[in-house]
Amino acid sequence: MSEMVHSVPHDGTDAEARPVFAEERRILGIRASSWPGIIAPVVIGILMLSAWEAVVRIKGIPPYILPGPILIAQTLWSDWGTLSGSLLITLRITFAALTAAIVVGVALAIIFTQSKWLEKSLFPYAVILQVTPVVSIAPLIIIWVGDINLSLLICAWIVAFFPILSNTILGLNSADHNLINLFQLYRASRWQTLRYLRLPAALPYFLGGLKISGGLALIGAVVAEFVAGTGGSASGLAYRILESGYRLQIPRMFAALIMISLTGIAIFFLTSWIAHLCLRNWHESAVRREN
Amino acid sequence: MTIAVGAATRPLVSIRNVSKQFANGTVAIRGVNLDLRDGEFVSLLGPSGCGKSTLLRIIAGLGAPSAGSVEWPTAAHDASGQAHPDLGFVFQDPTLMPWANTLKNTMLPLTLAGVGKSEAEARSAEMLALVGLKGFEKSYPRELSGGMKMRVSIARALVTHPKILLMDEPFAALDEITRHRLNDDLLTLWWQNRFTAVFVTHSVFESVYLSQRIVVMAARPGRVMADLANEAPYPRDALFRTSAEYAHLCRVASGTLREAIAA
Repeated sequence: MSEMVHSVPHDGTDAEARPVFAEERRILGIRASSWPGIIAPVVIGILMLSAWEAVVRIKGIPPYILPGPILIAQTLWSDWGTLSGSLLITLRITFAALTAAIVVGVALAIIFTQSKWLEKSLFPYAVILQVTPVVSIAPLIIIWVGDINLSLLICAWIVAFFPILSNTILGLNSADHNLINLFQLYRASRWQTLRYLRLPAALPYFLGGLKISGGLALIGAVVAEFVAGTGGSASGLAYRILESGYRLQIPRMFAALIMISLTGIAIFFLTSWIAHLCLRNWHESAVRREN
Repeated sequence: MTIAVGAATRPLVSIRNVSKQFANGTVAIRGVNLDLRDGEFVSLLGPSGCGKSTLLRIIAGLGAPSAGSVEWPTAAHDASGQAHPDLGFVFQDPTLMPWANTLKNTMLPLTLAGVGKSEAEARSAEMLALVGLKGFEKSYPRELSGGMKMRVSIARALVTHPKILLMDEPFAALDEITRHRLNDDLLTLWWQNRFTAVFVTHSVFESVYLSQRIVVMAARPGRVMADLANEAPYPRDALFRTSAEYAHLCRVASGTLREAIAA
């Protein structure tokens, strides 16, 4: 092939098609325009907490009915030893369940999209597993499995795996039809079509499912532990809440509750950040545009 | 413009009495006979619904014909007698993988054929330079204009150096300036590499500018109405586009197309 001399082709629409990002001023590493979005909810939070503290003090509400935020913070500090141990246990179950949900969800989704019959035969059971309230089957699982940690893991997994399964199936089937034709033209194997086309096309959908499943794995872990109600030193945050309730240690109950909420928020940000890292170069949801 | 005479040499593709009926009963094409010769530039010209895209997809092997056959006398065949022609296909949309950059998109046919990474990258970069996209190897499709995306699509189709390039209204969605530019560049690529080009279009002007042979099709059911030869010499350029000869050829082709639609 001989050379064809070309400069950059001026196809008329270059200028509008190539987004130009003006470099924005940063404060503490965060874009100046992002700060109002951070400050506003923080201000609201401070106002709410102050109002709460004020009501508790002015009305003289006893701590076993409603503790003020300052007392809760003090409890969080003083009971950190017990609470952090429980947090670790809850986190361990949550992430083990989430990992299992990812592995099983993605593997099943791939198997289902390779065989329509397998999908038709098995998918209804995945739905049944999803719609059955975990509180109602948790006691059975605990009886059958015996090992309490494994039971909790299975319960959390049941709650977490469905969004990953259904989203990944949707994604694997969403590959562009012309691209599928192109792969056929070049006689791509099933494995090549999966590796180079279906899996990348499914990535945004999978990550959407992951965001939902991250929170659900935590909820599943907590709910299952409530049902199990097992005590002892090796118990998670849900048991700390139960135990504090029995002993009327309401500030500690609130402290454990706050730790669960903060964990949920952290998991959400973690999964959102992973999604952003994976999609920022190409997917509409993660691309910044100026217009 | 005269009626094309059959060439003495063996055709590259031989389309024999091909019909296609879809599952819903629609007859897309009926009884098409067509020989495509090595190295020629053929346009399939017709109104929408005349089955020209369907015919192109059948030539590509995407969907078998309901009746008739597509033969590749000179192509390699596998043990089951299935032809494996070297072909490239350009869709109406650029059809790029949004998650892959320009180089990775162009490399795809080579990757699927098991060509080693460094060789595939080198060949793709060379092809991208030929379509005028040197320096855009790392760009993602969303960063490119419509015309540039189409260039990537053409580079991907040509990266395997196919014997035949099938194009399905590739420039229909582009503005006129971009389309003219891509027409010129396509002709240059064809002139230098001498692949067989089959170009589906509904534009008389585009078909006359590009091709040596214009196959005029009519709709309901899709069928071949005329096979016009266009003997205007290459290289064709902007001068040709404004010549009296070009205007005359367009008038003849338009007339044939009008008759075909009325028939």
